[in-house]
Amino acid sequence: MNTCAQTLMPSLPVQAPAPAAAVRHLPGDLAIWVFIFAELLVFGVFFITYAFARSNNVELFNAEQLALDRTSGAVNTVLLLTSSFLVVRAVQFAQAGESRRAAPWLAGAFACGGGFVVVKLFEYAEKIAAGVSLSSSTFHMFYLSLTFFHFMHVILGMVILVAMWNGARNGRYGPDNMNGIETGAAYWHMVDLVWLILFPLIYVMR
Amino acid sequence: MKYSSQSVALPYFIAAIGLFVGQIIFGLAMGLQYVVGDFLFPEIPFNVARMVHTNLLIVWLLFGFMGAAYFLIPEETETELYSPKLALLMFWVFLIAGAATILGYLLVPYSTLAEMTGNNILATMGREFLEQPLLTKIGIVIVALAFLFNISMTMLKGRKTVISIVLLLGLWGLAVFFLFSFYNPGNLVKDKFYWWWVVHLWVEGVWELIMAAMLAFVLIKVTGVDREVIEKWLYVIITLALVTGLIGTGHHYFWIGTPQYWQWWGSIFSALEPIPFFAMTVFAFNMVNRRRREHPNKAAVLWALGTGVMAFLGAGVWGFLHTLAPVNFYTHGSQITAAHGHMAFYGAYVLVVLTIISYAMPLLRGRAANSERSQVCEMWAFWLMTISMVFITLFLTAAGILQVWLQRVSDTPMPFMQVQDQIALFYWMRLWAGVVFSIGLVTYLVSFFVKGESKPLITA
Repeated sequence: MNTCAQTLMPSLPVQAPAPAAAVRHLPGDLAIWVFIFAELLVFGVFFITYAFARSNNVELFNAEQLALDRTSGAVNTVLLLTSSFLVVRAVQFAQAGESRRAAPWLAGAFACGGGFVVVKLFEYAEKIAAGVSLSSSTFHMFYLSLTFFHFMHVILGMVILVAMWNGARNGRYGPDNMNGIETGAAYWHMVDLVWLILFPLIYVMR
Repeated sequence: MKYSSQSVALPYFIAAIGLFVGQIIFGLAMGLQYVVGDFLFPEIPFNVARMVHTNLLIVWLLFGFMGAAYFLIPEETETELYSPKLALLMFWVFLIAGAATILGYLLVPYSTLAEMTGNNILATMGREFLEQPLLTKIGIVIVALAFLFNISMTMLKGRKTVISIVLLLGLWGLAVFFLFSFYNPGNLVKDKFYWWWVVHLWVEGVWELIMAAMLAFVLIKVTGVDREVIEKWLYVIITLALVTGLIGTGHHYFWIGTPQYWQWWGSIFSALEPIPFFAMTVFAFNMVNRRRREHPNKAAVLWALGTGVMAFLGAGVWGFLHTLAPVNFYTHGSQITAAHGHMAFYGAYVLVVLTIISYAMPLLRGRAANSERSQVCEMWAFWLMTISMVFITLFLTAAGILQVWLQRVSDTPMPFMQVQDQIALFYWMRLWAGVVFSIGLVTYLVSFFVKGESKPLITA
């Protein structure tokens, strides 16, 4: 992992390298971590509310959960985990001073995200045709809301990946300038993390 | 004052303060009407006094925002205002239109006002806060567009800063969302749905952007903290505000006939709406702690810190108290709502406008800060108004809790008017707190005229 020291004025480039253990390094911009915290808070509150609603409707939730497409969910889990791995590789290349070699890995991560989107759209089409809507039941409301909010964050994450890919292509990142790529990577990992909680919670756990 | 065109802010600020005084006079009248029901009846019935009170509030805050923009945009963009003449012309148009509207409310029966002003062409009257005749609403749009044109042209030719971009985004948003006041569907559910696209997306949306930008500007000036630090905080604050506030609109969609999922969405997202206000408070105190200079305008620093705290309490905490659907089911439309509304508006928007006036007015009058005697007087005004507002809020909260219990929760609920009799004591106490508030306001006015040796401008 990056051992370069970085001040906590995140928009300034690194002033001078310090001994490895001297300063704790925050990967990416402080602002994105505040944003990540806020997002996790919103999702967290939503998850807790789901748990609360479920505790009042255990049988309904269990029954309707069975009708969810766990295969799609599993495929999507693999896709997101793979994409996160690809992003990690890209960051490693940038850290090693090979920004342009990072670009195809980011493109691969974008493609995995795209795969997630396609799988999700098929899943939604099938569910909507079967009569699932925000008003059809409380479980369906949570299922659609949570997965849709997450879906929107995947879209935003993909936009960020494009920006990172562009930066990598132009040789912008390197050991002295990791802020941009680490910031975007942190966001994408958050999107992945949310799914890793969402999938077991909504699709699997009984 | 670095750019001569900043001087157009002065009439806007003066009008703002004048209309604020008018607002409070009618507030006092209503405070008495709560307990002496036929006070001023039939000349100024309660519903008319209320329209005047709320409309004056909104208009004086708009004057304040516009004055703030005319003051800070030239300084941020490092260029003179595009058209000071247009700014002054729009000032008079807005003031005269506003005055005429208020006189219309007071002198003419509302239905007659509607006939006179073409409400039959497009019906836009009759809704809370949007009682203005069609002509006035069109006038507001014209004034807003001219104002935005002026500010935007200034920004295009000058330096772009995060503060000015956030402010402009907020102001354009204000104008765009006001257009929904022209949309008045026959379906009552839709009517109420879109009404909140003006009100909520203003005060829990774009107005927060305006407020954050204004606060950031004043904090840069009085603390000297690095612009980059403040701008980063600003991005964080507005992101939090939009992420929580946009879907947080749903906390107004619980009971109006919309689908039930709004009770979940509205509760979850609006529960988090206090967070940006908390961030603003931490931001303000943090910046002052890290200040690099001792600015002579101590009063402005007090107003700025006060804004953070009171906005968090009034909008954030008091808002949270009744934002969850299961709670709101019982408290909706009660005195709890009034308690929240007063402290929120005062804490967030009244205080931020008074903050920028406190900072800018001395500069507009040719000095860095007022004399110590004047600042002390101004700070007395802050404390009198703020403490009395806290008491107004506490008394209304007590009234609201009792009202909700007696009228809705109890096993033997009492009718509305009987409950009002029971809580009348709190209304009297609220009225006295309102009187102290008015004394604070008078103290504030006096502070502008206190003499003494003022702090000279240092051109640096």
